[in-house]
Amino acid sequence: MHIVVCIKQVPDSAQIRVHPVTNTIMRQGVPAIVNPYDLFALEEALRLKDKFGGKVTMLCMGPPQAEDALKKCISFGADDAVLVTDRSFAGADTLATSYALAAAVRQIGKEQKVDIVFTGKQTIDGDTAQVGPGIAKRLGLQLLTYVSRIADLDLENETITVERRAEGGVQVLKTAVPCLITMLEGTNEMRFAPLENMIHAARYPVRKWNKEAAGIEDVTKIGLKGSPTVVSKVFGPTPRAEKALMQSVEDASPRDVSLNVIQKIFTQHPTLERDILAKAAV
Amino acid sequence: MSEKFDVIVVGAGPSGNAAAYTAAKAGLSVLQIERGEYPGSKNVQGAILYANALEQIIPDFREDAPLERHIIEQRMWVLDEESFVGTHFRSDDYNKPPYNRYTIIRAQFDKWFSSKVKEAGALVICETTVECLLMDGDQVVGVRCDRQGGEVFADVVILADGVNSTLARKAGFHGEIQAGNVALAVKEILFMPQETIEARFNIKEEEGVVIEMFGKITDGMMGTGFLYTNKDSITLGVGCMLSDFKENPNRTSPYTLLEKMKAHPSVAPLIAGGEMKEYCAHLIPEGGFYAVPKVHGNGWMIVGDSGGFVNAVHREGSNLAMTTGRLAAEAAIAAKAAGKGFKAKQLASYKQALDESFVMKDLHKYRDMPQVFHQNNQFFTTYPELINQAARSMITVDGIDKKTKEKEIFSNFRKSRSLTGLAGDALKLWRAFR
Repeated sequence: MHIVVCIKQVPDSAQIRVHPVTNTIMRQGVPAIVNPYDLFALEEALRLKDKFGGKVTMLCMGPPQAEDALKKCISFGADDAVLVTDRSFAGADTLATSYALAAAVRQIGKEQKVDIVFTGKQTIDGDTAQVGPGIAKRLGLQLLTYVSRIADLDLENETITVERRAEGGVQVLKTAVPCLITMLEGTNEMRFAPLENMIHAARYPVRKWNKEAAGIEDVTKIGLKGSPTVVSKVFGPTPRAEKALMQSVEDASPRDVSLNVIQKIFTQHPTLERDILAKAAV
Repeated sequence: MSEKFDVIVVGAGPSGNAAAYTAAKAGLSVLQIERGEYPGSKNVQGAILYANALEQIIPDFREDAPLERHIIEQRMWVLDEESFVGTHFRSDDYNKPPYNRYTIIRAQFDKWFSSKVKEAGALVICETTVECLLMDGDQVVGVRCDRQGGEVFADVVILADGVNSTLARKAGFHGEIQAGNVALAVKEILFMPQETIEARFNIKEEEGVVIEMFGKITDGMMGTGFLYTNKDSITLGVGCMLSDFKENPNRTSPYTLLEKMKAHPSVAPLIAGGEMKEYCAHLIPEGGFYAVPKVHGNGWMIVGDSGGFVNAVHREGSNLAMTTGRLAAEAAIAAKAAGKGFKAKQLASYKQALDESFVMKDLHKYRDMPQVFHQNNQFFTTYPELINQAARSMITVDGIDKKTKEKEIFSNFRKSRSLTGLAGDALKLWRAFR
């Protein structure tokens, strides 16, 4: 079995700052990490490999520095890593990115047939959740998004059964392999790499593909040229004026405190009281 | 499977990077192990980079190292509660390249340094903690990490694991950290638009200012404060001896000290409007000459903060770290070339090179300084106050004649310290600096 896991190197959003004057993101000095959501995809892929054998190939599009992110994935146990890197990819939106990654998956498939493509649910810097589905569509793969558990994989009959988070519950889906899975966060826990893997990863020669190697056929579909998305405005949300209300708890029983708080809320939102009472009456 | 390298370097700070770079560049197989998420993630310094020490390792570092500003002006301030007396030294001479020192941001600088280490051919692994040294009798033969299959071997292990150096302590190479031998420093990096910094400090693009402060800001404790200009941020911090914090009658905490310093009427306007970007704390080994442990043995050498190589008087540390790292690597290279093993005897050239370098010479010169300052806190309390009083008195025009003022100033000095006290203090200072 051959699994391709797509990852992105992103700035650690926990440490990111917005320029107070221009509202742009100050990337300088912000550490780059593997998009945390992608690690759930990688761990799930590694678990499938542990169970069924096979190979896990990492795929990433980004600047040359993104090699570090791929090496990290090698240390966790991935077998191979490809970095699609070319100046002409710069400025890509999700449409252009999924085009380039789909082309690269196709190239990887020429080396060895790909059974499953994994991506994270979304990235922490773009938050669109569009690239995974974009790749699936372009490659004609069955698409399984927000997957919380892989219930069954039947390699002989080429079927997969997964649990998927959906509004109001869990969907259990069965479909054909090959497929693309976007993995939900919190569904597994990344393993701790043994020392041997760390050294192996530090030595690992990540393969670097330019646009030709990645099999890009139409250069108007990649990079800025292939990106119809326009950022029309960047702004910080206006701070809300209302402040938290203080409620004294001194010399009051928990019951009184609660009643007081509820009373305050109802005073501020008169319709809320009416609605709740109406529901309670039914 | 356990691999064997020529050299294992524990830690990816300035000393570890210098050692790993030098050894790898000479063709040795090097494994560098860092516990942080990436090199620089756990490293804290003021931070001023002294060019010379790095030049000797990477001569053309200026081409791509992330440097903030080169320093053209040094201010020394002696503060009391509301004033300061200071000297400023500013020279256009410092504007002639190659520049002598720079402000840097360590998280970025260390990442760059580490990329050079990798380019030189060393293997660098992060997020891995070395738990202990592996011994074969009395010979260090490798390390054990906190990962599965964590044993890895080497001819030489260079300990660059920082001020706490748990590794060296565990191995018994040096004793427990003494509160009297380490300073605890806290600092903040405040974001500020480049133009604001340049206007406030009267500097052009890429020029920088350093302010060193001492006096009442340390609340009677032995320590100093500092303020450095970066490209679009200001670093400021304060540090005092850990033992002084412990004994401080006001129980002043490091952050209170920093807050007080930021509120000082001479400091506050310089940092007004700054938005905090980063805050950190660090222990600095300031025990000086007498606190330096044994620096080498069978299969091991100790470099940088782990060896206590800090010149507290001149606020130098990273340059000593880089130099000790380089010298240790050179000793390992020489031992490897000689092919006679890696016992203490074969690594003794490290100790010898240290003694002949500015590192041990400077530490020796100021060997009594920590003691003198530690036992005489008047240098941090009484004198700053007296000096500021004197300046205020002489400069304020209030109808009192200067002779009377002089008399009053002198009598204030005498009242506070007595004639013999004054003479004694002068002698102590002279001796310590000699």
